[in-house]
Amino acid sequence: MDFALREEQQFLQQTVRDLLNDQCSLEVIRSDAAENQTKNASVYDALTQLGIPGTLIGENYGGVSLRLLDAALIAEALGASVATVPFIGSSVVAPLAIELAGSDEQKDTWLPRLASGEITCGVAVGDHIGARDNKPISSTGAIVSGSAMFALDVQDADLFLVAAANGELHLVEASDVEVKRLYTIDKTRSVGELLFENARSDHLASTSDQEATLAKVIGAGRVVVAADTLGAAQTMLDKAVAYAGERQQFKRVIGSFQAVKHMCAEMAAELEPCRSLVWYAAHAFDAIPEDARLTACHAKAHLAEVGRFVARKATEVHGGMGFTDLLGLHYWFKRIELNRQLMGTPEFVRNEAAKVQGWI
Amino acid sequence: MDLEYSSEYQTFRDDLHEFLAEHKHLSPGAFAPRPTGREEKKDGPNPAQRWQQLLIEHGYAARTIPREYGGFGAEPDPLKNHIIAEEFAKARVRPGHSGDNRLVPTVLELGTEEQKRWLVPPSIRGEMTWCQGYSEPGSGSDLASLSTRAEVDGDDFVINGQKIWTSGAQYADMMFCLVRTEPDAPKHQGISYLVFSMDTPGIEVRPLVTMTGEATFNEVFFTDARVPKNQIIGKRGEGWFVANNTLKHERQGLGDPHQAENRFHEIEELMQNENVDGEPIMSNPAHRDRLLQLQGRMLAMKYNGMRVLTAQRKHEEPGLPRWIIKLQGCELNHQMAAMAIDALGELGTLYHRSDHIRAGGMWQQRFMMDLGLIIGGGTAQIQKNMIGERALGLPKEPKVEDKPA
Repeated sequence: MDFALREEQQFLQQTVRDLLNDQCSLEVIRSDAAENQTKNASVYDALTQLGIPGTLIGENYGGVSLRLLDAALIAEALGASVATVPFIGSSVVAPLAIELAGSDEQKDTWLPRLASGEITCGVAVGDHIGARDNKPISSTGAIVSGSAMFALDVQDADLFLVAAANGELHLVEASDVEVKRLYTIDKTRSVGELLFENARSDHLASTSDQEATLAKVIGAGRVVVAADTLGAAQTMLDKAVAYAGERQQFKRVIGSFQAVKHMCAEMAAELEPCRSLVWYAAHAFDAIPEDARLTACHAKAHLAEVGRFVARKATEVHGGMGFTDLLGLHYWFKRIELNRQLMGTPEFVRNEAAKVQGWI
Repeated sequence: MDLEYSSEYQTFRDDLHEFLAEHKHLSPGAFAPRPTGREEKKDGPNPAQRWQQLLIEHGYAARTIPREYGGFGAEPDPLKNHIIAEEFAKARVRPGHSGDNRLVPTVLELGTEEQKRWLVPPSIRGEMTWCQGYSEPGSGSDLASLSTRAEVDGDDFVINGQKIWTSGAQYADMMFCLVRTEPDAPKHQGISYLVFSMDTPGIEVRPLVTMTGEATFNEVFFTDARVPKNQIIGKRGEGWFVANNTLKHERQGLGDPHQAENRFHEIEELMQNENVDGEPIMSNPAHRDRLLQLQGRMLAMKYNGMRVLTAQRKHEEPGLPRWIIKLQGCELNHQMAAMAIDALGELGTLYHRSDHIRAGGMWQQRFMMDLGLIIGGGTAQIQKNMIGERALGLPKEPKVEDKPA
């Protein structure tokens, strides 16, 4: 029994953190945000040098064959730096879907190119996480039609993974889909609406249970979104503690006032157990299948709640400065807010958790 | 990350299963109040004491206490402790104890050889029970300002003053107590830690009825109570250090995630079995969502506990994950009780052995007791100070004055 990160895992996360601290500073985020740039080429290239896009892809396809916990640690680092690069859709959900439901030929075609960073893949599962404003995606053989809202990692994507309303998973090349960017509060990631009109698709049909496969990849996406929130919220807490230890009023640092100290303590007390929940849910995906779906729902929902709490309190600790653009704290606030709604709202995923447990 | 148990621990768990299956019927019941030496020792060992003895013999109680002091004498192993706690909770069997989880470790760590032999063996057999004399009417969160005096007179300390919030004082054989022996020293340096019999002349116990309607606490008054000078643990004036050792052991017990998990399953059953307008409460989405929110918190605390356990096994300081357990765990338990009451609606308010009462009014009892636990053992606000100062490194509040009252 060892509920802790291995040394290699700590090293992996620290390597990504160091890279992002070096190359993805707040100035970079600001300039990307000003240009609606959510795939910063130099940051993405540097991450690709480390093999990050191939984290979950098998070594025989040029990936590094790691597990979802490793992907979650990377996502945490990306969230901590509000990094402007694709990951959750392109490097987690899409490769897992191809791995689990693709034929050997499909894997040969797509996985090496995803692993090498040569292509990125947008992901649309909107019909299965609480459809809104969609025209449900219909599929007949290798043709899909309809529209999908809130597809992830859409900017400059070469390929799109789309879940049809019937649960089938299809890959559609960028030339066969119309992509409309949607602009959310979070300028660090791209989401969009995908329009398919009798689009040619590559149907990922090599799975015995497409519903279970779809649920599995959505679960993985939820864990990784939760990890992203964990990282973003931890940065907000760290910034709040640092600010409370420096800022002086009434001839004292404000962190010595209990009103401020207790806000910091409450954030830490809420956030620290979240780390264990994310670790467990990510580990369960690979090692404890009977717990995987339930804990993925809980990780997603609970991090959404705690993330919002921390985002709000950390902003308050900064006083008026927290509300301004000067500190840039709002980039983390907004990332946490987008994460809350992605891949199923807290209420939606908790309802799914009730179904998983046979309560309804 | 490896959540499998190695064969050593799997065997340990299997043996424990076997033991529980074979001996479970001898257990006095998980929730029966723990009988005390004071009431029942005259007639030889009572069932609880016999159960405790059986557990010690098999290494499921007083596990790491050396054999020479009546324990099982095993090497400390947090994972085995965890397995024992988990399996007893699952089987709903009364777990063993280590005498008193505050006093015994303190005596073993800081007591003299003579004191260890005097106090530890009867305590772990359940023949010598304890109450804690720390808080005073004027010294709660600011415990170090305590003013109960002990003056030396010949071979004795003579104690005068008052303690409050003394759980179990009406049953306990003995008290471990903080008294001021050096009134002129700075407040943290003038305190001593004494142990003495509750039968000592000059001690009066008055029950303190709480909001639950029960007298779980007491006030204890001292009028010229004489305690031999050798009944001090540690040196004169070092009682604060000794007491912090005790508090360290006490805090580890409050907010235990096992309890939250058991409660969660109880509420799950309750919501499936109780009906409103002929439909199970579980079919109401508002109640269900609340239960799911608590499940999420409960799981986070459960896995946080596994992280703490892993650190302890590696002899690492767990840090923040451990600092938050009392605050978060007690709050979670309280919220669970509140949720169960709300699920029961008007039925949830039944108490005093009323008709239609559910589970004997347990949820109301817990709801109130948990509020007591949020306040006791270091209030939630004191916990937040500790998290802020010790875990996050924020500065202390400037002191107004630092002399005893």
